[in-house]
Amino acid sequence: MRDELFIYVIIFSTLFGTITYAAVLVWFERRLLGFWQDRHGPNRVGPFGIGLAFADILKLLSKEDWVPPFSDKFIFIFAPTTVMIAMLMGFAVVPFAPGIYIADLNIALLFFLGMTSLAVYSVLLGGLASRNKYALLGGLRSAAQMVSYEVFMGLSVMGVVMLSGSFSLVDIVNAQQDLWFVVSQFLGFFVFLIAGIAETHRLPFDLPEAEHELVAGFHTEYSGMKFGMFMLGEYLGVILISSIMTTIFFGGWLGPDFLPPIFWFALKTFILICFFVLLRAAIPRPRYDQLMSLGWKVMLPLTLINLMATGGILLWLETLS
Amino acid sequence: MIEAIISQIRTLWTVFLHSFSRPETVQYPEQMPYLAPRYRGRIILTRDPDGVERCVACNLCAVACPVDCIALQKTEDEDGRWYPEFFRINFSRCIMCGFCEEACPTYAIQLTPDFEMCEYDRQNMVYEKEHLLIDGPGKYPDYSFYRVAGKTIGGKDKGEAENEAPPVDVKSLLP
Repeated sequence: MRDELFIYVIIFSTLFGTITYAAVLVWFERRLLGFWQDRHGPNRVGPFGIGLAFADILKLLSKEDWVPPFSDKFIFIFAPTTVMIAMLMGFAVVPFAPGIYIADLNIALLFFLGMTSLAVYSVLLGGLASRNKYALLGGLRSAAQMVSYEVFMGLSVMGVVMLSGSFSLVDIVNAQQDLWFVVSQFLGFFVFLIAGIAETHRLPFDLPEAEHELVAGFHTEYSGMKFGMFMLGEYLGVILISSIMTTIFFGGWLGPDFLPPIFWFALKTFILICFFVLLRAAIPRPRYDQLMSLGWKVMLPLTLINLMATGGILLWLETLS
Repeated sequence: MIEAIISQIRTLWTVFLHSFSRPETVQYPEQMPYLAPRYRGRIILTRDPDGVERCVACNLCAVACPVDCIALQKTEDEDGRWYPEFFRINFSRCIMCGFCEEACPTYAIQLTPDFEMCEYDRQNMVYEKEHLLIDGPGKYPDYSFYRVAGKTIGGKDKGEAENEAPPVDVKSLLP
């Protein structure tokens, strides 16, 4: 079943699908924000305004791609590609439906964590290579943000790993046949959600960007398609985090039988993406010391308690049987 | 801490409830927004009920205008009525503040609920009297300045205006 051609088809459709989805998401997010702010949002270009996504791409592609003469040229060009590549690599382990995945690694979850952590370098290096004080501040904040959430992000999913007994995402989905892990691992889900927002640099944790204070943060000096890649990376990150959250907490492709599994996966991911947009519409941005103290003083202890409780209950159940 | 989280969740819920409320904005070119009758838009010059232009070229509007966009020149007709020889509003400067309307003693200059005055050529933003004058009396249909004012014009002498007593002959000794 999983012959070579099939894998190529999946790889290609994943690449094409996610990038298109990310581009359309730019429009979709603005439309959704519009609805939540009691206005229409962009609805002029094409049906429902969906043509705006393509207009945006066209604009970004045809803009001058300027590399500032004072910047560190190699890193400046390298940074935006990192985020795209890392986020796209993350999709390699996402099981969309039974049999429809690129790779079922036995360390899939770790692979995902590693890839999303690599994406942080893009922000850091972009801010550093720009030689611009706003960009540097953005990069600095990104570093501060990273040291506060990466720890509990990794730990928050360990409860799931304990329950399912595997790092493989396919096994994790299969372990949720009876009960989604969002119920048994609610604390873990809550912490992972917050870490996920911070990971993708989305509002309310878009401190590195913070357009109200830092012009555009780490990508102040970027224009044209290099800026587009940061943007695309961010939206790919949203899709990736949503699909991983679907996979490990909401039962992945599992759902009633009258619709194909991939539909359930898409639906759950879509709802989570909408939730990300809702967060952007509703919640103000904290200061970065506030984010750090939240991470270290609240989220990390919460995760540790969750881990300890999960482990304890598992051991207790073992002694019972 | 718990309070803060609850407050954030309540915020999320409140914003989510907005999915069910109608947009406040209107789809402008297709759907016209409601403009109040006193909306301050394009400036017009009105005529009195007799169909004669109301403007008496007193220059008060030009003086009141904070951006100096009004230019006019007074002249007189054979009846002694004052009227502007030319009346020019540069709408590329006009800020639609309505001070000219407030300053006008004869209700001649009025602002209307119309704002669609875009032009491709900046010169076309300068409106002359023939562009500004309308045929009707605008917001004050019954008002006619010369009918109530004490100024003598052809066909109306002192004391003949509405609510005006005949002038006192100060040289007469009669009580």
